[in-house]
Amino acid sequence: MSAEPPILEVPILEVRGVCKSFGALQVARDVSLALPAGARHALIGPNGAGKTTLVHLITGLLPPSSGAIRIGGRDVTRLAAERRVALGLARTFQISSLFPGLTVAENIGLAVAARTGVEIRPWGSLRRQAQVIDEAASMLEQLGLLALAGRAIASLAYGQRRLVEIALALALKPKILLLDEPAAGVASNDRGMLLDLLLSLPADLAILIIEHDMSLVFRLARRMTVLVDGGILTEGSVADVRADPRVRDVYLGSRHHA
Amino acid sequence: MMGTEPPARDLVARAFTRHHLSWVDALPWLAIAAVWLVAGDYVPLGTQVIIMIIFALSLDLAVGYGGIDTLGHAALFGSGAYAAGLYALNVSSEPVTGLLAAGIAGAAVALVTGPLVLRTRGITQVMLTLAVSTVLLEIANAWKPVTGGADGLTGFRIAPVLGAFRFDLAGNTAYWYGAAVLAVTFFLCKGLVNSPFGLTIRGIRENPVRMRLLGVPVRHRLLMLYTISGFFAGWAGGLSAQVTKLVGLDTLEFVLSGNALVMLILGGTGSLYGAIVGATVFVVLSDRAAAINPFHWLFALGIVLILAVRYAPAGLVGLLRFRKVPR
Repeated sequence: MSAEPPILEVPILEVRGVCKSFGALQVARDVSLALPAGARHALIGPNGAGKTTLVHLITGLLPPSSGAIRIGGRDVTRLAAERRVALGLARTFQISSLFPGLTVAENIGLAVAARTGVEIRPWGSLRRQAQVIDEAASMLEQLGLLALAGRAIASLAYGQRRLVEIALALALKPKILLLDEPAAGVASNDRGMLLDLLLSLPADLAILIIEHDMSLVFRLARRMTVLVDGGILTEGSVADVRADPRVRDVYLGSRHHA
Repeated sequence: MMGTEPPARDLVARAFTRHHLSWVDALPWLAIAAVWLVAGDYVPLGTQVIIMIIFALSLDLAVGYGGIDTLGHAALFGSGAYAAGLYALNVSSEPVTGLLAAGIAGAAVALVTGPLVLRTRGITQVMLTLAVSTVLLEIANAWKPVTGGADGLTGFRIAPVLGAFRFDLAGNTAYWYGAAVLAVTFFLCKGLVNSPFGLTIRGIRENPVRMRLLGVPVRHRLLMLYTISGFFAGWAGGLSAQVTKLVGLDTLEFVLSGNALVMLILGGTGSLYGAIVGATVFVVLSDRAAAINPFHWLFALGIVLILAVRYAPAGLVGLLRFRKVPR
């Protein structure tokens, strides 16, 4: 049904014919996606279309009923979620999924320690892990969160938590970044900062973004996939999708649009 | 304000919570010395307190730091106790190697049963830990030629510590030997919780799903933690066997697991100090209440627990706020 995108190189992330059902409820039906390095790909669709489910399937939190997922050409369909991270896959959560009792610095530090492999060391102080401290410091500086380094996540404003949520994924230095509604719950005057952050991400990073804020999507994305009832309605360049009357019907023009 | 490199680094480094050495750390050792100096009659009780503190510290690693729900920690304590007894009986009466054997036995039981226990969380996990300790209890009960069954393991002797300090009737050697083992345990635990792995296990307790999506094999890390915890529980059991010269089925019983958890909750979880305070209060209170009224002593303990849950839900340590948590 969906138009095949013209892909010239091996996609860094490939979802092929993925289906997922819970009993009689089909939440993903024959979904295919391909993201080359540097992709800026938006996944949109009304609530309940299966967008977050697709992210769970890609990251390995849910096993697909059928179909295949490849990272850099390697089949990861049966690979544990944590092993996929090692291949360069990182994600953020729609509802912030952080470590609320730990400090902001510790949250970022965990991600750096996990990536560099020092997280397993049962001796020595983290404070003397120069790489962890340096990377956490520069990440916090970049996000303007340095002053909050010692604060527990639980004491942060929601918008600040959203930034930490993204920082955690970025600290993994991923090749593929899945952003699940990064602007959800962020006050409109803070969204400019969020957009600046997203626009400043490395050019070769492949990004798949789920977002309801269309102005943000149109600024960031080059391609779009529209998901309805677990299946792909259409896929194409942002301009094509915007012009598609079916998309206007089911999504952009409907009452679902916030 | 533009952050220059060094202040930013310092700020971030200081934002990593850690267990500092402070005057508070001197208190347990001052108390241990004070009991010996002014209340010699209580030295044997003090030894029991020390053994339970070590056991509660081991439990705090698993429960307080790692979020493992266990009501079967006695399985690891008892394994260590039987290992120390059997080691003294069949291998050598030398106490320090016996203690290491006890630790290794506790760690081995944790390593083998861990994959079963750590598959689940919550009530299911509690039931599995309970099942493991019950199975071990039944094995110890049935395997009379090796464990002595219901009569327990007796008739072993323990050589002088380091070849110099005999275990005396008054229990002085046992007391200081226990204090030394406690010191080693406490500083090893402190090092562990301050280490990168210490942050990893706190992260797993807070949010295991996100840890997986940071690329951390959560179940493996929990098994590692459970094994380390098993080592310390095992040598608490070994210490108990060496100073009492007796290993009974009670070292594997549910009551011991339950008591240790009560001690930890009473003192406060996830701070190490809670284990020290909780075990001390619990053991001393039980002893005093039993001395005053041998029939209804549990009543006094019950009242204290109700008061603690009502007025100190974060434990006695939480009440005193020894540990500064950035909020």
